[in-house]
Amino acid sequence: MTTSTFSPQRLGTLLVALALLLAPLTLGGQEYVLRVLTVGATYAIAVYGMNLILGLTGQLSLAHGGFFGIGVYIVGLLTTDYDWAFWPSLLVAVVVTALGGFVSGVVALRTREEYFAIFTMAMGFIIFLVISRWESVTHAHSGVSGVKFPEGFGLLDFSEPIVMYYLVLLFLLGAAYVTHAVRRSGIGRTLVAIRTSEDLARSIGINVGLNKQLAFAASTTFAGLAGGLFAAVQGFVGPSAASIDLTFEMLMFILVGGLGTVLGPVVGTFIVLFLFEFFQDFEAYRFLVLGPIIVALVIFAPRGIVGYLNAFVGKLRSRGTGAGTGSGGPPEHRSSDTATDVKETL
Amino acid sequence: MTLFIQQLFDGLALGGVYCLAAIGLTLIFGVLRIPNLAHGTLYMLGAYVTYFFLVTVGVPYVAAIGLAAVVLAVIGVLLERVVFHPLRNAPHTHHMIAAVGAMFFFQAVAQAIWGADFRRMDSPISGSVTILGAQISWQRIVIVVTAVIVLGLLTWFIKRSIHGQTIEAIEQDRTGSSLVGISPSRVSMLTFGLAAALATVAAGLVAPINLLAPTMGDALSLKVFAIIILGGLGSLPGAIVGGFTLALAEVMTSTYVSAAAGEGIAFAVIVLVLAIRPTGLFARAVQR
Repeated sequence: MTTSTFSPQRLGTLLVALALLLAPLTLGGQEYVLRVLTVGATYAIAVYGMNLILGLTGQLSLAHGGFFGIGVYIVGLLTTDYDWAFWPSLLVAVVVTALGGFVSGVVALRTREEYFAIFTMAMGFIIFLVISRWESVTHAHSGVSGVKFPEGFGLLDFSEPIVMYYLVLLFLLGAAYVTHAVRRSGIGRTLVAIRTSEDLARSIGINVGLNKQLAFAASTTFAGLAGGLFAAVQGFVGPSAASIDLTFEMLMFILVGGLGTVLGPVVGTFIVLFLFEFFQDFEAYRFLVLGPIIVALVIFAPRGIVGYLNAFVGKLRSRGTGAGTGSGGPPEHRSSDTATDVKETL
Repeated sequence: MTLFIQQLFDGLALGGVYCLAAIGLTLIFGVLRIPNLAHGTLYMLGAYVTYFFLVTVGVPYVAAIGLAAVVLAVIGVLLERVVFHPLRNAPHTHHMIAAVGAMFFFQAVAQAIWGADFRRMDSPISGSVTILGAQISWQRIVIVVTAVIVLGLLTWFIKRSIHGQTIEAIEQDRTGSSLVGISPSRVSMLTFGLAAALATVAAGLVAPINLLAPTMGDALSLKVFAIIILGGLGSLPGAIVGGFTLALAEVMTSTYVSAAAGEGIAFAVIVLVLAIRPTGLFARAVQR
């Protein structure tokens, strides 16, 4: 795609970006709404991480919430008990989750498919258990309170909720850009090849192990970064920030938005969070509605919102030029078989 | 020594419960190649439905478990039909995500009907017996005996009866079984129904010892995965051996090391076993 051509995807990106930028202004400075938006943006960053490993590489990592929790607790504990400043703590969180992902990936990624999912689920639970039981370090269920805001630069004061929102948004933009860049690069295509068929990818000379490991490390890094920001946004954190439920919620976000797409994570996160708020009066009962929605989405709409929009745009474009990023493939591939559908999502 | 004997019996009782729950999971994996993440919530629902029949309706304990097993078998079949059948050709990640959706739904249902608070279910079987100085409650003995009986019946059903044999046939060769006239679809339903019923028996047996809560299936879900990974996915004897091994390891660790370690041992088992053998111990021929 050349820069001069107008594309619907570009318009979509612009619309989402504008909506996020203007959201706090139009909502009349309501503290609560702004808080929900900021928390949503931190989740969305983590969901971008999940997108790399699940959406692009096709590996279901259920340790994602755990790595998010590691990020949360590193920033939370360093800025309170050890009196560190925020930025170095965030850096530590990012480095630890990156290394943690890379190193644990050595073992985790020897397993395949459902074994990988079960393995990472166990990893996630172990992280959660350590965080919720290691009283002397993590304060277990009493949690960590008084997490520091990021130190400001000049006029920027991050204890202002609105400034904090734009800070998180900046990181979110970075996450989306990385996803975009990866997808366009050779690495992105390599990952998609692995998703489509690991054996086939190996047979054409792709180093499957290393690439999966990099994708996994990238995903945990995003989770750690998001967790670190989350700790600062919330100010108070508890073990629930590392729970497996969080992983499942993120799974829902990405599924609604569209696996493997650039805009999917942010669109999905905000739409589902909006639904959560909408059903808030029902508290836990919201899953009476949302549970079946997840199931229905996987069965009937596995591409998610952005995935379908992409395919739609791709169809329109292929009539003209026959090429486009959102190409849904030739018509015979778009049959009823969901398996083929999903593989064509990119 | 007394403490050890006590823990040994506790472990055996827990092992019986784990076996019953894990066998359903391993059957489902064998037949449908699905790691059913919602299995723990079926167990949880089983406990609540047993509670409903026993406390609210007021039928005898054994009948309550039996009725609950029937109800859950129906729910299991519905789960297979509504959720997993439409996804039979989808990528493996989709089953797991759908199972998560079902899991959330079942938990919300239980919470909507019975509330989030813990509930107590008293068993009509009370009292205890002293063996080698250890106080063993009758409930635990009942659990072990029932588990052995149910496992025996199940083995007979799968090895000897025509319907049970279709399960094994499908596990061994899906295409071949279809060719000789076994309907994979019907066997899938049978398997899900059976698995849900077994999980209910497990839950109904252990409910008087533990408390009931909508989240009671969460930890069990992972433990049964640890068991079937230990015993080999799809293997029936493996699930039995794995169930007792994990239960004893768990009970002994929480007694002699710490409660948190006991809680974490299942996850350590998963991580260790898969780190050494990425396809699980005793994995049968590579299925891909």
